[in-house]
Amino acid sequence: MADSHAQDIDKHVRTYIIVFVSLMALTLVTVAVAFIEMPVWMAIAVALFIASVKGSLVACYFMHLISEKKLILVTLIFTVFFFVGLLLLPVFTHMDAIEL
Amino acid sequence: MDIPYVDAPRADTGLTNGKLGIWLFLASEVMLFGALFATYIILRTGSIDWPLGRDILNVPMATLNTIVLISSSVTMVMAWASLMRKDLGKFRLFMGLTVMFGFGFLIIKYFEYSAKLHHGLLPSTNNFLAIYFTLTGLHAIHVIGGMAVNAYLWGPGAKLWKTRPEWFTNRVEYAGLFWHFVDLVWIFLFPILYLL
Repeated sequence: MADSHAQDIDKHVRTYIIVFVSLMALTLVTVAVAFIEMPVWMAIAVALFIASVKGSLVACYFMHLISEKKLILVTLIFTVFFFVGLLLLPVFTHMDAIEL
Repeated sequence: MDIPYVDAPRADTGLTNGKLGIWLFLASEVMLFGALFATYIILRTGSIDWPLGRDILNVPMATLNTIVLISSSVTMVMAWASLMRKDLGKFRLFMGLTVMFGFGFLIIKYFEYSAKLHHGLLPSTNNFLAIYFTLTGLHAIHVIGGMAVNAYLWGPGAKLWKTRPEWFTNRVEYAGLFWHFVDLVWIFLFPILYLL
């Protein structure tokens, strides 16, 4: 029992190292891509896509969300919903502009 | 009186109280930073002329800080894994490194801030610098808070290991969740402020 537990942790540690190397590589990709000439909307989309991949790696593996209990995942689904709503508020203000 | 469910999960939630507590706190933190990200969007979309971050800010220093913070996340999770392997010595090593990386991050940030202030680039200069100082300042406060907790767990807090090892391991896990969150916020701040 104790042996299988230790093996589990060894497996975890190997995953952490892989995630660490991936995060480092993606950081360099983020910087490299930022210096390539492209339209602003495309630069924003690419940068946010890479940041989302990096963020997901941190959340899933370092924060163990990939094997977390349902209650926490449900709480986070609500959080994401309200977070997206918050980010869309500026867009809604443009829809409601007063015509002069 | 003993605090309930510190080392064994509650039957109804399947979680220790601390685990649920830290996640609810992180959810509130998402909304705190979310409000400032929304502010950034409204300032940027409402402005006629928005400067390119890399023309004003120091990208190599920020890249180095990203590497430092990601490294600190790995040492943090290794500190927790060391406790799972019942190795307090290794825990001390990795937790010590995590605190040192935190210091490194703040020192680099200090050089960045002082260069800006030296060149007369203040929060009052323009909206870009206002949101830059607000977001990175709030983030730096989180780094300091995380470092204080990590330093406590590395030092006097580690006494708990002798009497209640599971409880101590859980405390390290919760501190780690906060620390990874701080890393996660920086992963988004870096491209948004420095590169776009």
